[in-house]
Amino acid sequence: MHMSAASKEVQRVMTFCNACRYCEGYCAVFPAMELRRTFSSQDLSYLANLCHNCRDCYYACQYTPPHEFELNIPKTMAELRLETYREFCWPKGFRGLFKRNVLTLVLAILVCFAVIFGTMLMFQGKEVVFSNHTGSAAFYKIIPYQVLVTVPVTIALLVLLVVAKEFATFWRRTGGSLPSFLNLRAHGIAVTDVLFLKYLEGGGQGCTYPDGQFSMVRRWLHHLVFYGFALCFGATVLAAFYEHFLHLTSPFPVFSLPVILGTIGGIAILPGTTGLLYLKTKLDRAPATGKSTAMDIGFLILLFMVSLTGLLLLIFRETPAMGTLLAVHLGFVAVFFLTAPYGKFVHAIFRYAALVKNADEQILSKL
Amino acid sequence: MKSNRNQNAGKVFDVLVIGGGNAALCAAMTARESGASVMLLEGAPIHFRGGNSRHTRNLRYAHDKGNGHLTGPYLEDEFYNDLLQVTEGKTDERLARHTIRQSKDIGLWMERHGCRFQPSMRGTLHLDRTNAFFLGGGKALMNAYYSQAEKMGVNISYESDVYDLEIKDGRFVAARVKVSHSDRRIAAKSVVVASGGFQADIKWLKKYWGDAADNFIVRGTPYDKGRMLKVLLDKGAEPVGDPKQCHAVAIDARSPRFDGGIVTRLDCVPFGITVNKHGHRFYDEGEHFWPKRYAIWGRLVARQEDQIAYSIIDSKSLELFMPSVFPPIEAESIQELAGKLSLSPSMLEKTVADFNASVKGGSFDAGALDDCLTVGLEPPKSHWARTIDRPPFYGYPLRPGITFTYLGVRVNDKSRVMMQNGNLSANMFAAGEIMSGNILGKGYMAGFGMTIGTVFGRIAGKEAARHAHERSL
Ligand SMILES: Cc1cc2nc3c(=O)[nH]c(=O)nc-3n(C[C@H](O)[C@H](O)[C@H](O)COP(=O)(O)OP(=O)(O)OC[C@H]3O[C@@H](n4cnc5c(N)ncnc54)[C@H](O)[C@@H]3O)c2cc1C
Ligand code: SF4
Ligand code: SF4
Repeated sequence: MHMSAASKEVQRVMTFCNACRYCEGYCAVFPAMELRRTFSSQDLSYLANLCHNCRDCYYACQYTPPHEFELNIPKTMAELRLETYREFCWPKGFRGLFKRNVLTLVLAILVCFAVIFGTMLMFQGKEVVFSNHTGSAAFYKIIPYQVLVTVPVTIALLVLLVVAKEFATFWRRTGGSLPSFLNLRAHGIAVTDVLFLKYLEGGGQGCTYPDGQFSMVRRWLHHLVFYGFALCFGATVLAAFYEHFLHLTSPFPVFSLPVILGTIGGIAILPGTTGLLYLKTKLDRAPATGKSTAMDIGFLILLFMVSLTGLLLLIFRETPAMGTLLAVHLGFVAVFFLTAPYGKFVHAIFRYAALVKNADEQILSKL
Repeated sequence: MKSNRNQNAGKVFDVLVIGGGNAALCAAMTARESGASVMLLEGAPIHFRGGNSRHTRNLRYAHDKGNGHLTGPYLEDEFYNDLLQVTEGKTDERLARHTIRQSKDIGLWMERHGCRFQPSMRGTLHLDRTNAFFLGGGKALMNAYYSQAEKMGVNISYESDVYDLEIKDGRFVAARVKVSHSDRRIAAKSVVVASGGFQADIKWLKKYWGDAADNFIVRGTPYDKGRMLKVLLDKGAEPVGDPKQCHAVAIDARSPRFDGGIVTRLDCVPFGITVNKHGHRFYDEGEHFWPKRYAIWGRLVARQEDQIAYSIIDSKSLELFMPSVFPPIEAESIQELAGKLSLSPSMLEKTVADFNASVKGGSFDAGALDDCLTVGLEPPKSHWARTIDRPPFYGYPLRPGITFTYLGVRVNDKSRVMMQNGNLSANMFAAGEIMSGNILGKGYMAGFGMTIGTVFGRIAGKEAARHAHERSL
């Protein structure tokens, strides 16, 4: 079977680790590796996505360059992981987007802004967009209710479809079966792993990130981003529910649940993303792949902009800037979701899938 | 480091520590905690710091009850009996019991100095009760110790190869060091020598093993050349341990000459037959469990022509042992395998046929000393003897892999170096591999090298600091 250079390198390093096993206490990769004696390309894609790049094994390894064995687990894993992102992407024609991530983001932003501003100005006119609107249904004076509902819902459904498709591809291409996908206990374990970011704890002292010292900082920052994002997402869904089923119209009062959740979430994301970006500037690059830097940074900046514009919209929603801010915010939100399946966001899909597979495997091995 | 060096030029340190492995760091941290100014000289560059200690996995220490990383108690007497067994009595009871007692609960001290142990339920070897496993292995432990030592204010200099010691009347005065091409003299009130054995000096090994040593593989660091050991012995320190002996195991012949570490080990021997370059068997492959026997196989292979041997198994046994780092050499017939291993096909076929004919079937059990043995074969195979007949067949080339040497300097229970005239040195202390021959006269016990280094490193650090302090009064 054909194997890419990245796969072959992960296969080589895993063969070393399997004869050594010193790092087995750091993360799920090593116990999963120990269930195997040889590694197919399916196994390798799976293991690469089980690695969350904590780099503990890099600093602990007696065989990193300049040692002649030249093992660099995190870097090798990251390179294969990136390859799986492209490989398992859907539709296939969009693979190139991973390679030109920055260009994709910039173009997406330009297009979304152009469309939103264009439509707004065309249909509502300058006076409406740039003047003060307060009170109930203020947003709809700028963007009609139907548009504000149908467009996001369409985007959401599209993204959901792509995400499901990518998850399924990952599952199939890493040798997963339907019964193991239906193992609810495995999902339960994986969800807990995610909610607590168990493997970013490393062996209990956190990641050796951004340099050779152990630290929990990355884990806490990731928590801020993750829960911040979850709150914002929840706020949006709740808002839709209020509108549609309770027939309340936005903007909601400052002390309504959607606004509170969204505000907390947005406030959490700002330091979360800034912190993660800052850590990247301090990064010891030896165990890192340069190939995903643009993608990682682009994603964090985008997320930062989504929450920043959301918060600005909240603060200035009673001024003439509201129209512009609304457009800008929705623009970033649209870009975020439309590009999600073709950038850093997919790590969430594949990592979750890998964690489920891992839980399922470990349950089976202990029977 | 640069600014440090200039700042320290001409300064007399309280304690100089020579070496940068486990014993050296334990000594340096303890001396510093006792208030001494400490300079540590590591011969290796920063990337390869930590000597053989960077290749280790676990250590053994006495404890009354289990804890998060040990499954049950391990008391002094059991510990001592285990030691008696492996050394066949070649130990110094007083010093050995002293080591064991001092090892009690050193896990706590280690954790306070940055060590992290792996929770006990994960252990892959059957040592979970007696041995504590370092999370991430020895290099992770060394990283933690270095970072702790730095925080405490220990001066650390890498690529600092000590080549001579000024010793006057059994008293250390200064060390001569090559630091990145410049020559320096470093004076201190006391010295802890923790520079390991001499196993990486092939020339020295040749004195005892002749040209055979050219085919030895050094499992650990290339920086343990025994320079300090030689200087100490030349300048009057009393030797201890058999100079001719070394701890050697059979490892994969495809390993690098130095520093291959743990991954080059092979555990296949008990499950097949092992032949020399003439295709002859030469020892009972199934004498005992592999962990109890693997240390004699280094010497067995060393005695074969060209120091090479081949372990041969068939497909029944391939998955019975830890995966190897280099893939086995595979063939569909014994003849083909012989060709691939450059052995005489007819001879290997005969050896396998003779072996197969003498196998008396029993019930095979890899986890027990089973009743599968050969009858009428010389040498016999006492356990796990099964016919080699199910292709594909696999071969692993073996060479002696040397772990450490036994020759060292004699010390007392305070780690103080003993001189040939019977006096104790006033200010020279030794810890770790360089003095482990005091306790380990023969054989080896998993995890005990690090115990000796930790126990005597701490004692040496404390005593060296105490001596320096008394001198300053
Ligand atoms: C592959 C392997 C696995 C092992 N696994 C275990 C295990 O799991 N548990 C266990 O207890 N033991 C194990 N051992 C044995 C163990 O490594 C030693 O017992 C222990 O590391 C000795 O510690 P040390 O500090 O005395 O020597 P080392 O750790 O070897 O340190 C010696 C130091 O001195 C430095 N040095 C040497 N000469 C000079 C000089 N002239 N000037 C300056 N610096 C110098 C070296 O660079 C090195 O840093 C293993 C050994 C090997 C090879
Ligand atoms: S990363 Fe290095 S130390 Fe860790 S298990 Fe692999 S080979 Fe061993
Ligand atoms: S980088 Fe971290 S998560 Fe990845 S294999 Fe190494 S220890 Fe595991």
